[in-house]
Amino acid sequence: MTVLPDHTEKKLGLVIDLDTCVGCHACVISCKGWNTENYGAPLSDQDPYGADPTGTFLNRVHSFEVQPEMGLPQLIHFPKSCLHCEDAPCVTVCPTGASYKRTEDGIVLVNETDCIGCGLCAWACPYGAREMDGEEKVMKKCTLCVDRIYNENLPEEDREPACVRTCPAGARHFGDFADPDSNVSKLTAERGGMDLMPEQGTKPVNKYLPPRPKDTLDTDIDILAPLLAPVAEEPQGFLGWIDRALGKLDGKKTGGA
Amino acid sequence: MHPAPSVIFFTSLSGLGFGLLFFLGLGYPGSTGWVAFVFFALAYLLAVGGLLASTFHLGHPERALKAFTQWRSSWLSREAWCAVLALVIMGVVGLGRVFFDTHWTALGWLGAAFCAATVLTTSMIYTQLKTVPRWNTALTPMLFLSFAAAGGALLAGQIETARVLLALAAAIQLAWWITGETALRRSGTSLASATGLGHIGSPRAFEPPHTGTNYLTREMVFVVGRSHAKLLRLVAVLLAFAVPIFVLTLPFNHMLAAVAVLSHVAGVLVSRWLFFAEAEHVVGLYYGAHASRT
Repeated sequence: MTVLPDHTEKKLGLVIDLDTCVGCHACVISCKGWNTENYGAPLSDQDPYGADPTGTFLNRVHSFEVQPEMGLPQLIHFPKSCLHCEDAPCVTVCPTGASYKRTEDGIVLVNETDCIGCGLCAWACPYGAREMDGEEKVMKKCTLCVDRIYNENLPEEDREPACVRTCPAGARHFGDFADPDSNVSKLTAERGGMDLMPEQGTKPVNKYLPPRPKDTLDTDIDILAPLLAPVAEEPQGFLGWIDRALGKLDGKKTGGA
Repeated sequence: MHPAPSVIFFTSLSGLGFGLLFFLGLGYPGSTGWVAFVFFALAYLLAVGGLLASTFHLGHPERALKAFTQWRSSWLSREAWCAVLALVIMGVVGLGRVFFDTHWTALGWLGAAFCAATVLTTSMIYTQLKTVPRWNTALTPMLFLSFAAAGGALLAGQIETARVLLALAAAIQLAWWITGETALRRSGTSLASATGLGHIGSPRAFEPPHTGTNYLTREMVFVVGRSHAKLLRLVAVLLAFAVPIFVLTLPFNHMLAAVAVLSHVAGVLVSRWLFFAEAEHVVGLYYGAHASRT
């Protein structure tokens, strides 16, 4: 059913911290690893070892350079996956009902046995969150690891999306945005979590935390000055003994550096 | 957007086919027997041929029947319904005309209405996409409807109507191109809004997520050179509109009519190629495309 629900009980989603992300792509790899072996069709690669490799990924990390009006540019790593929008345009365009948004937790999923592979949902998504698999010819997208988060066969600490579980920098957080006291709601409130392309009217559930402002230094002080000052006038201890001994061999007077 | 031949042929040919069926449904021309058979056969070849072409871009064409289920929300599903209803109703009208020498007027009007609805729903598939600002305008349905009407009138041999409709379609095409130039900028979507980093400074795509291509870049990130596009626009206007209008002012004969039709079809195909090739999908911004147009 491709009509969007009026209301979802939970709003499960991710908070992605652009201040903390180091751009290691571990989330990309763990996502591909988990999702190629579990829910739905595997994420195939075409020509993986050849001249023109390509493949299906549900999560990709871009890097952007931001040039402020004054000062040095800043490099920001930018992981991007499905934002599980409240007003998901990918769902309503689907002609077969394969795309749907779950009323219980708001996760946007594809029923792969109903997908005709027309690609219209990928056109409707402004974020590039959907990719047609080159082998299976059905639309693939982030499931928020729906087969992990409720999976009682996994230890409790593993019941979160693979990307969140693997992130070594702690830049990804998973939780329920419908609950104002959840970790993700608090982080969003504290750090000014933002929507991507708000003008598209998709009301994304996932939020991005902007990079924290950079420290500013008083420009009167030469920041290299402490490094330029001599550390020691005369060599001391063991180094001093070597210096003196070598000086004697040379027949010269030893001196400071 | 990637200009896929299957979709270009589908929208162009089925537009012409349903345009011709529209006029046949209204009773222009009201011919019967073998003459009607030729008109209806041509219309069905174009309309059904176009629909078949559209299935070539499906990943799973064997599941195509499922596309009839979501007419409440999906324009693609509505298009499927309208196309089938138009073809069935006009099929009955055609039977009457070819074999029973009668024109069932009310049924003809109903069929014509569904032909127009088919073209409208096709255009709405593109119009509804906020992600492609160039398409997201009321001018897009007008463009598709005027093209289908002009081509239909031309194929139906309605010379006076065709001349007027060709000129109208040309005007809408020009308006669509002119407003399209600024569509991405007016949409407000830019790399700054896409990343939310605009408050720090001016963002630039530094490094893509991978060294190769992916489905998104192949399907949605297509950039056509401005000078190349300008030349193709000129070719499209000359072939689709100028040549047919000029030919239609000459004394009628079947050879000239064929020249007018073939020129129009070629021009529509060029215009439709540009419709896709020039359209900027906002996901391209993440990959460093279209920055000069935001």
